[in-house]
Amino acid sequence: MQPTDTANPDYYHRVVDCQWACPAHTDVPEYIRLIAQGRFTDAYMVNRDSNVFPGILGRVCDRPCEPACRRGRIEQKPVAICRLKRVAADHRDDVSALLPAIPKVKNGKRIACIGAGCASLTVANDLMPLGYQVTIFEQYGAPGGLMRTNIPSFRLPHTVLDEEIAMITGMGVDLRLNAKIDSMRALLAQGFDAVFVGSGAPRGKELKLPGREAGAANIHIGISWLESVAFGHVESIGRRVLIIGVGNTAMDCCRTSLRLGAHSVKVMARKPRTFFKASPWELDDAEEENVEIVINRSPKSFVIENGRLAGMLFDRMEYDLDAAGRITAERITGEEFLPADDVILAIGQENAFPWVERDLGIQFDKWDVPVVDAATFQSSRRGVFFGGDAAFGPKNIIWAVEHGHQAAISIHQHCQGESLAARLPPGINLQSRKMGMHEWSYANDYTPVERRLMPHVSIKERFKKLNIEVELGFTAAQVEQEVQRCLNCDVQTAFSAKLCIECDACLDICPVDCLTITANGEEGELRARLKAPARNLAQPLYVSGALPQTGRVMVKDEDLCVHCGLCAERCPTAAWDMQKSTVHWPHAADGDATVRVPQPKIA
Amino acid sequence: MTYLAKPKVAHPSLPKNPLGFTRRDYEGALSTLCAGCGHDSITAAVVEAAWGLALEPQNVVKLSGIGCSSKTTAYFVSGGHGFNSVHGRMPSIAMGANAANRNLTYIGVSGDGDTLSIGLGQFCHAIRRNLNMLYIIENNGVYGLTKGQFSASADVGSKAKKGEANTQPPIDPVLLALTLGATFVARSFSGDKQQLVPLIQAGLEHQGFALIDVLSPCVTFNDHEGSTKSYAYTREHYEPAVHADFVPRQAAITADYPPGEALPVEMHDGSRIVLRKIEEGYDPTDRALAMTRIQERLAEGEHLTGLLYLAPSPGDFHVANGTPRFALNSLPYEALCPGAAALERTLARYR
Repeated sequence: MQPTDTANPDYYHRVVDCQWACPAHTDVPEYIRLIAQGRFTDAYMVNRDSNVFPGILGRVCDRPCEPACRRGRIEQKPVAICRLKRVAADHRDDVSALLPAIPKVKNGKRIACIGAGCASLTVANDLMPLGYQVTIFEQYGAPGGLMRTNIPSFRLPHTVLDEEIAMITGMGVDLRLNAKIDSMRALLAQGFDAVFVGSGAPRGKELKLPGREAGAANIHIGISWLESVAFGHVESIGRRVLIIGVGNTAMDCCRTSLRLGAHSVKVMARKPRTFFKASPWELDDAEEENVEIVINRSPKSFVIENGRLAGMLFDRMEYDLDAAGRITAERITGEEFLPADDVILAIGQENAFPWVERDLGIQFDKWDVPVVDAATFQSSRRGVFFGGDAAFGPKNIIWAVEHGHQAAISIHQHCQGESLAARLPPGINLQSRKMGMHEWSYANDYTPVERRLMPHVSIKERFKKLNIEVELGFTAAQVEQEVQRCLNCDVQTAFSAKLCIECDACLDICPVDCLTITANGEEGELRARLKAPARNLAQPLYVSGALPQTGRVMVKDEDLCVHCGLCAERCPTAAWDMQKSTVHWPHAADGDATVRVPQPKIA
Repeated sequence: MTYLAKPKVAHPSLPKNPLGFTRRDYEGALSTLCAGCGHDSITAAVVEAAWGLALEPQNVVKLSGIGCSSKTTAYFVSGGHGFNSVHGRMPSIAMGANAANRNLTYIGVSGDGDTLSIGLGQFCHAIRRNLNMLYIIENNGVYGLTKGQFSASADVGSKAKKGEANTQPPIDPVLLALTLGATFVARSFSGDKQQLVPLIQAGLEHQGFALIDVLSPCVTFNDHEGSTKSYAYTREHYEPAVHADFVPRQAAITADYPPGEALPVEMHDGSRIVLRKIEEGYDPTDRALAMTRIQERLAEGEHLTGLLYLAPSPGDFHVANGTPRFALNSLPYEALCPGAAALERTLARYR
C-alpha cells in the first residue's frame, strides 16, 4: 500500500466516526469534553456552529452519529451523543452575546426563503452576519416548519423551539407569517437577488383502498393530522386507533393519539420488524407506552358500517427471507378484521410544488421533482436554490441544516458574482495534546461504564397533558458517566516514521491490538496478516512510510482504536503523538474576509 | 513507563486458547520500565507463548533476581506464583522450588548482571544439574538500574553513553552454557517476536535446562551510536542461523519446508520443534561445530540467533536423582515425615 496521506483533511476527519457521519460535521468529541468540564455554554456554541439547533436536535435528531460511534463497535452501545447535546442546551447560559454581530449597513442583496423550517432558518443564520437582507415567507402563523407541525410537543417543547428560532429571527430577519407563496412567478417578480426554497415535503402519501372516501371523516393523513394537533385544531380522537405505517411519523401519531383520548392504539406493519423505518429508540418509546406493533398485515380495505368507519381489513402476510434478510417470496395466508374508530395513514410523504410554474426555467424530472445540484443546491434556474426535504425528498433536520449551510455558500457566491463551484475545501488542524512525560490534555483512560438510560416521566403522569415532555434529560451523575464513555476519537494517533526505532513498545501496549509492524503489501492481503485481522472494510488502514531500521511499515487499523494514547506514552522517541484534530467545514462566512464570525471556544 | 494501566478493553475478536483464556488473561501488572525497553517486548513474547501453550496460570512459577530484567516477572501471568530473590540467587530458589514440586512450569528471568556477574556461579550449577526450567537472560550489556555502567556482557570497544569504551572481554552466556553441557541453548532479540515466541514455547516444553539469551536493548543507557547493543546495531549484526517452529502436540505440521532443511525434533509430550537451518552449514545438533561457528561469527561482530543447540535431554535433576514422581505437597504426611523409627533406620545405614 502507499503511505497514508494524512495531510488530506478527510483522513483524520473519517477517524472521528461521529463527526464524519454527521451531515453537518458537528465536532462531537470536542463538545463532549466541554460538557465534561462543565462548560455547557461553550459546548452549546461548538454545536451551534455546525448544527444551528442544538436544543432541538438534542431531543429529536435522527442521530446518524450514534450508529457510527466507535464505542458501539467496542461494547455494543454507542455514546449517548444526542442526549449529551441536550445537556449542553439545557444547562447553558444566555448566549446572545456570543452570537455573530449583524452589520447595520447591509450589502444591498435581498434573499427570499420559502418556508420557515430548519433549512431556510439555517440559510438566514449564515447570511445575516454577512449583511444580507433575508425575507422568510411562512404559510402558518408560527415559524419552525415540520419541527413545529410534525414533532409533538411531548418530544420537543415549544419553548425550546421558540428560543432557538428566535436566535435567528432576532438577527433582523424579515419573517412574514401567514404568507403562503402561491406563485413562484410572482415571487421572482419581486426582484430578490436569490430565492431559496425550503418548503419541505408537506404532502402525506395517500392509501387508495375501498372505503377511503366513505370513511374520510375518520381517516387522517399522518402529517396533516399532526399539524392540526400542533395548532390546536384537533383535540381528540376515537378510543380505538389504527396507524398504518411504521416510520417515525407513525410513532409520533400513535403516541399523540394516546394523549388525545385513544385507549387502544395499534401500529400496523406490512413487513417484519427488521424492515421498520422508525428509529429503534422511537419504537422503544412507543412500546413503552403500550402501543401494539402488529407485523405482517397488509391493508386491504376500509370497512364502513352505517356510513361510518368501523375498522380495517388486512391480509395476513408471510415472507421467506434469505440469509442476508432480504425477502425472496411473500404469500397471503388469510385475512383479518380489526375494529377502529379512527385510522391514521403514516406511509410516507413527498415534496410537492403546485405553486412553481413550469415555464420559469426550473426543471422538474420525470417524478415531478426539481432538478437540483447535489453540491451547490442550485436548480436549473440561476439564483433559485432548493434545500432540506424540498430538494431531495424527506430526510431529516440535520440534513436540512447542512443543505442550508451549503446553499448559503452558493447564494453568497452567486450574489458576489463568483462561481458556485469555487467553494473553500474542508481543512484540518492538528495540535499535540502532550503536556508532559505522561500527561495528556485529555482524559485518556478507558472508562468501562455502560450507556446511561434516559429517565422518563412516569407512564401515569405523562398522558395528563399533550405537552408534558417525556424525556427528563440526564441527571448530573448520568452526565458525569456518559461523557467519560466518549473515546476522544478526534485526539488522533499521529505517527512519524522517521523517528521509529521499532522497539515494539506501542504494539505490546495497545489494548486492542490495532498496531502491527510488518512488510508492506496489498491492502487485502495486509489486512489479513495484522496482529488482529482488520475485517471491518469500512474503516481505513493507516500505513506509514518505510521505517528507518528495517524498511518495514507501521500499520494501524483505525477500526477499534480507543485513543488511550498508550502507544504515544510508551514511545521512547515520540514517533507517536496524540494530536487533536479540528475539522474546518467551511460555511458562508469563511468565504468572506471582511466578516469575522466568532469561533467557538474549545478545550 | 506509564502512569496509566493498560485498559482492560480488548479487541472483540481476540482468540481464546483451549482453557478459554485470551492473551490478555496472561498479562501481569503495569510495567514501570522505561518506555521502549526491550524487556517489555520479551514480556509480551512470554505472554503470547504462555497463552499459546495454554498454561494454567496457577501452575506457573516465575522467578527472578535483581535488576531491571528481574522486575519483568511481575508483568506476565499475574495468576502464577512469583519469587523475586536475592541478587544472582534465583537459580537456588528455582532449585528448591523445583525439588519440592516437579510438576510446575518454571520460568526464570534474569539479566546480564544478575546472571553473568553476581550470579555466575549459580547460573553454571543450575545448568550442570539440568534443572527443568526456562532461563531467559534479558541481555542489554549495561547496568541500567545503576545508570549505565558496563556489564559483563558488554563487548570490547562498545561505547558507554558518555563516550568511554569498554576494554574487558565479555562473557557470552551461550558459549558458556554450551561448554557446561546445556541441552537447549538459544539466542534471540527482543525485536523479533516471530523468532522469540516459538523459542520460549519450545524452551518451556524442554525437559531440562533451557537457556534463551535475548538481546534486549536498554533504550535509556545503551541505545546510542557506538553501542553494540542498541536496536539499530543489533538489527544490523544479528543473523538467524536456525529457526525453530514449535508445533503443539495436537497440531499437525502444516508449514511447507524444503526437503533436507527441516529437522523435526520430538519432545517428551509428543509436541515437536521443527528446526529450519538458515545459516549454511550450521548444525544445531553438533555441539562442537555450533561453538566454532558461533565464535567465528562473534569475532566478526555478528550474533548468530535462533535455537543454536538442541540435544535430547538426558533427564533432569529429578531423573538423575531418582526422586519421587509426585510433588511433595501431594504426598501424605506419613510419607513426608515417617517418624523417629524410620529416622533411626536411615541413620543406621550410615553407621
